[in-house]
Amino acid sequence: MTRIDPAVSATADLRRDLRRETAFFLSLSLPALVLVGLCAMLPILWILRQSFLTLRGTYTLSNWEKLLSSDLTWRAIWSTVELSAGTLVLCCILGLPLALALASAPQKLANRLLVLLMLPLWTSILVRTYGWLVLLRRDGLVNQGLQSIGLTDTPLALVYNFTGTLIGMVHFMLPLFVLPTYAALRDIDHNTIRASASMGASLPRTLVSVVLPLAAGGIRSGSMIVFIYTLGFFITPAILGGGQVNPIAIRIERTLSTFQNWGAASALGILLLLLVALAAALLVGVRHLLSRRGGHHA
Amino acid sequence: MTPLPITIETLRKTYGEFTALDDVSLRILPGEFLTLLGPSGSGKTTLLMALAGFTRPDSGRIVIGDRDVTRLAPNKRDIGIVFQNYALFPHMSVRENVEYPLKIRKVPRREARDRAMAALERVKLGAFADRDIAALSGGQRQRVALARAIVYEPRIMLMDEPLSALDKNLREHMQFEIRRLHDDLGITTVYVTHDQREALTMSDRIAVMSAGRIQQIDAPQEIYHRPRSAFVAGFMGEANILAATDCRALDGRPMQGPHRVMVRAENFHLDRSACGPEGLSLGGRIAAIAFRGENWLIHLALASGQEVMLSIPSRQSEGCESLKPGQDITAHADANHVHFLAEEAA
Amino acid sequence: MLESFDNRGFKIAMWIIAALILGFLILPTLIVVPLSFSGSDLLEFPPSTFSLRWYQSFFGSTSWMLALKTSLLLGALTALLAVPVSLAACIAMNRLGGIKSRVLYTYVLSPSVIPGILLAIGLFFVLAKLKLIGTLSGVLVGHVVLAIPVTTIVLFPAVSRFDWGQVDAARSLGAGWLRAITGILVPQLNFTLLTAALMAFLTSLDEAVVSIFVAAGDSATLPKLMFLSLRDQIDPTIAAISTLWTVLVVAVVLLVNARRAP
Repeated sequence: MTRIDPAVSATADLRRDLRRETAFFLSLSLPALVLVGLCAMLPILWILRQSFLTLRGTYTLSNWEKLLSSDLTWRAIWSTVELSAGTLVLCCILGLPLALALASAPQKLANRLLVLLMLPLWTSILVRTYGWLVLLRRDGLVNQGLQSIGLTDTPLALVYNFTGTLIGMVHFMLPLFVLPTYAALRDIDHNTIRASASMGASLPRTLVSVVLPLAAGGIRSGSMIVFIYTLGFFITPAILGGGQVNPIAIRIERTLSTFQNWGAASALGILLLLLVALAAALLVGVRHLLSRRGGHHA
Repeated sequence: MTPLPITIETLRKTYGEFTALDDVSLRILPGEFLTLLGPSGSGKTTLLMALAGFTRPDSGRIVIGDRDVTRLAPNKRDIGIVFQNYALFPHMSVRENVEYPLKIRKVPRREARDRAMAALERVKLGAFADRDIAALSGGQRQRVALARAIVYEPRIMLMDEPLSALDKNLREHMQFEIRRLHDDLGITTVYVTHDQREALTMSDRIAVMSAGRIQQIDAPQEIYHRPRSAFVAGFMGEANILAATDCRALDGRPMQGPHRVMVRAENFHLDRSACGPEGLSLGGRIAAIAFRGENWLIHLALASGQEVMLSIPSRQSEGCESLKPGQDITAHADANHVHFLAEEAA
Repeated sequence: MLESFDNRGFKIAMWIIAALILGFLILPTLIVVPLSFSGSDLLEFPPSTFSLRWYQSFFGSTSWMLALKTSLLLGALTALLAVPVSLAACIAMNRLGGIKSRVLYTYVLSPSVIPGILLAIGLFFVLAKLKLIGTLSGVLVGHVVLAIPVTTIVLFPAVSRFDWGQVDAARSLGAGWLRAITGILVPQLNFTLLTAALMAFLTSLDEAVVSIFVAAGDSATLPKLMFLSLRDQIDPTIAAISTLWTVLVVAVVLLVNARRAP
């Protein structure tokens, strides 16, 4: 047996071992860190830098000055917000009844219907956009239907404008809104609803004063997903907007393809990112405000 | 294979403010079955996990045989562990589970198979080798875990409350079986439990832990009859801790204060003649009395307000049948069963 | 959930609305199926004649076929890269725990909230500097970085739910970290890993914005070609592609659901 000297403490070595193990696990996340850093963080920083550069590569504020003083910019911001807000409102109007119906269905039926909800979620955005293009054309199925039941004499302009873009975006976002809302509704303790019924509250009353407040978390995360996602939408307005709808994402592409102006496009990009951050902060802020006011619920 | 001793020196582990191990030192003899006994949070599992290598101590060291393993990874320690929930691999069959450590040690296929089967035979599961883990009962899983831990002949065996998930009968049966396995293999074994009866049944020595320290380490009988502190006494079964001033000697003289004494419930007699010349007497009123099959249980309320538990074997009921709550009686204990507690361990 | 109430009118109305909305959701995907078999150049509905000419035009076109091949290859490579990368990250997050884990999680998920157009032009800058514009690897890294949040969301809960006592057991039995993870954790995550791989594949297959900006020539993907063709004119070939795509997605969704059910 080797002599054991109790006076020698291995504390420093033990600490080093612990750090080494931490480092090992950090190194497991290294590929993800590097990939996200190189392909997501670095590009954003590059855009940020580019927004302060002239075409010759010298630093300037002129990109931002021109951007913020241009009417087009403000119209693009307005158009972006209008689309996102419109999508969110429609998702709430359509999504809440659907989520409620799914949540009140027996689990087995609900699971089957959820597949119908997942289907468009998994289908290519281009396939779905194409479908809408076909449906909403002047001589498309929707106009045919409207004319045959006599709602309108002349075909309506349903596509290549704001309406068409909005329909496409609602269609894209609706499953993403319904899923968290549905999950929150499913999680509600049924006894609270029975209690409400036993106290004589009507169904609509129970929905407004018991069910919706209890599902608020899911509705909020659904709303967050919808709003933040739609701010940067490109494909849908590019195809269904037909040049009539010009949110920031479209302006960025046009600035690049038509004017080759990287500085201006970059500034627009940063503006879009700020808008997303602002929306996120706003929605998180609303949540804090609500949870503070209704703190006793939680 | 000669069993190895384990030496633990001033092992310390803290989690923030909480001290899980407070400079624990301990020598475990080669081939010994040592149980770490204590309530949850006493540090017994932390100590076991430090031995296994899953918990890194802040300071101190662990020596197995003549090898300092303090900084060694768990997979390099050559220790067999039976986990509380068994941690069997559900995607492998029973035999594959037992073969796993041999596969890692690059034992040839045929030999690994034979050794795995031998280990399974040893725990009486030879017929279950090709079953799925999911198809086994709790007791069978326990045996697979045992077979898996012994198949590669580790020099040390650690068990973390391995029987806690089993029902009472099976647990008592497995206690003897694990002990027999230990005697057959002669592996130095460290066993963690919070069940004092289990510890008494199985161990060569018991280390009673609380608050990250070893309160007492001794053979089961020693721990049971001569606990060194009120904590140990209380943790090892029904112990009455009495102030000496509440008691009288058997000859009626007052006892010398300020000691505190421990008398186990089953060591009281109602019949004075059952005791030798030396001992103590305790007067009080019966608060409750119940017949429990093998014994009578009496709650005796002392003048000081303290309640003392007496357990009188029904074989020598000493007139218990006629006792009623509210009656005044005197209980006696022989000096051999009166244990003086060290004062500092309050 | 609403069984305490016998307000039939309300419930009937709710189900009618729900059915209409579900119809709204699947209508655009269904409408393209009959169109793809139309014999006419016009997008008439219902089609007056039937043919397979749009499938022929798809499978017969070198540019469509090249794009298809590129997209399938990209999807497979994306799944192959994103799944192990995010599995390793999930294991790291699980083992590190605490604030380190939360910071890592947020960071890894961040590409999902960055607007695609921004990622696309930013990536264009970076790839231009590296002279990788128009190459397959350029598009690939973009797709992988978009797939990592998706695979992480699928894998992280599964890794957290896993009984890590088994990995400890494996280590006590002599296995090192790597061996314990690959031999014990990974085989038991098989279904989750498959789901994550499928989702990564579909993420890449469906990705259009990054492809539109950084892909070119041989690396042009199916969505890029579809986008360009939709912007210029409505070609019924797209209906054939869309039908094939829908069939693929239905198969995948049914597969995933069937595996999840038992």
